[in-house]
Amino acid sequence: MSSLLKLIAVEARLFVRDPLSFALGLLLPTAVLLGLGAIPILREPSEDMGGARFIDYFAPSVIVMSVAVIGLTNLPAVMAGYREHGVLRRMRTTPVHPAKLLTAQLVVNLLASLVAVALVMAVGRLAFGVPLPGNPLGFAGAFVLGITAVFALGMLVAAVAPTARAASGIATVLFMSVMFFGGVYLPRFMLPDAVARIGDYVPPGVQSLLDTWNGDAPDGVQLLVMAAVAVAAGAAAARMFKWE
Amino acid sequence: MAIIEVEDLVKHYGDQRAADGVSFTVEEGEVFGILGPNGAGKTTTVECVEGLRDRDAGRVSVMGLDPAKDAAELRQVLGIQLQESRLPDRLRVGEALDLYRSFYRAPADPERLIESLGLGAKRKTPFGKLSGGQQQRLSIALALIGNPRVAVLDELTTGLDPQARRDTWDLIEQVRDSGVTIILVTHFMDEAERLCDRLAVIDAGKVVAVDTPAGLTARVSAEQRVRFRPSADFPDALLLDLPEVVKVERNGPQVVVSGSGNLLQAVASVLARAHIVAADLRVEQVSLDDAFVALTGKPAQP
Repeated sequence: MSSLLKLIAVEARLFVRDPLSFALGLLLPTAVLLGLGAIPILREPSEDMGGARFIDYFAPSVIVMSVAVIGLTNLPAVMAGYREHGVLRRMRTTPVHPAKLLTAQLVVNLLASLVAVALVMAVGRLAFGVPLPGNPLGFAGAFVLGITAVFALGMLVAAVAPTARAASGIATVLFMSVMFFGGVYLPRFMLPDAVARIGDYVPPGVQSLLDTWNGDAPDGVQLLVMAAVAVAAGAAAARMFKWE
Repeated sequence: MAIIEVEDLVKHYGDQRAADGVSFTVEEGEVFGILGPNGAGKTTTVECVEGLRDRDAGRVSVMGLDPAKDAAELRQVLGIQLQESRLPDRLRVGEALDLYRSFYRAPADPERLIESLGLGAKRKTPFGKLSGGQQQRLSIALALIGNPRVAVLDELTTGLDPQARRDTWDLIEQVRDSGVTIILVTHFMDEAERLCDRLAVIDAGKVVAVDTPAGLTARVSAEQRVRFRPSADFPDALLLDLPEVVKVERNGPQVVVSGSGNLLQAVASVLARAHIVAADLRVEQVSLDDAFVALTGKPAQP
């Protein structure tokens, strides 16, 4: 087996073995959806929301949560910890470059996000009849750009933070912003209009997810912003990443 | 045949010269020690040999490869054990070896390595649950999993308890016996004396001496002293006639003979012929510690 596949297999095992990353990353978003869905009024069409159901409206925010928890709490902490504890340094002593370990980490965290999102969609559909995205292609595009932007920010934190503790500190600020603007803490219709508009452009781009979920086309400018954040943060992370 | 050649190696960090014209050669199959006080430039020197750091000047050749240019090829044949390098806490012993094995073209048999390092019962134990000595042994196992011809072991026994240190030393001797050339970086005299065939003493970025442990001590002073309490009196001339003996002193009932060469054997055989029993016989030699202080002007251990 090639060393990259082996690294991915090992990192996946370590992810699953860590109770925190497993519970928070994979299960928490679905648990939140289940918790809210258990409240009958949130499953009823509401006049406040123009006849829409809260649970349908909130589903994209739960997707934001899935991506943010893994990309902004797990990823930077693990990577910075690997540097702090000399795991990357030890890799440097072997014929395999530590960049492969980084790649494996990214792959595992992406896969975990996909599983978490799939779980949210499946449970939402089966338990509460939340429809699947009406514009699947648009949704997939918006999701890929959004998750790439969030992960690039996570990698940027991992690149500059000297320790796992520092990485968690910096990432928490980003995490809270992403969650706030993504409408996880307060549903976005309750946010001031200006804040909600800013939120359209904060990765992973909750409005594009909502639009495509409702079957509409995503907003081009929003997608462009996600791509720009992904490229800028990703390039900065690659430039600044310290192996020791 | 020299397997490693280092010539006039220079490495700066800003104004500080961590390695300032270091030269030495390592012969195939030997245990070569690099000894020096903390901050002397030992780790910098070996990192340039390993290709983990780029040198500023000088020539380094490891098995004919230049670490600065052929790092990828070098890592196939060079095993490196670093100071203070951990693994993910939840990674198990067997998994770590299996993973690192996949990095090499011609890896060693992990089962044999696990057994010979005494980790057989720990295969399924996660790294975070291993004792310091076990973590260190796993670290050595990972340095050897690529079947290297040369292994560099840095501050191998720092932080280990005395039993674990001794076990680690036995292990290094086994590795040497299997034909691997070893560079051992240490600031422990007893470790250097026990394991090294030859050693370089580095101080302030320069090599101050390269010799065998016995040669280093002899350099500082060739003098030895033998002390004993004789069962019967004898004239000083009995011992002074020996070419090895320089001086005979009496200290109450104790006789102190100073000299060089095979002093103990010479004194003991003369006494035996004269039917004198030497009680409380003790040999005092200049230790590697004394030699080190004489060479560098400071004690090795912080």
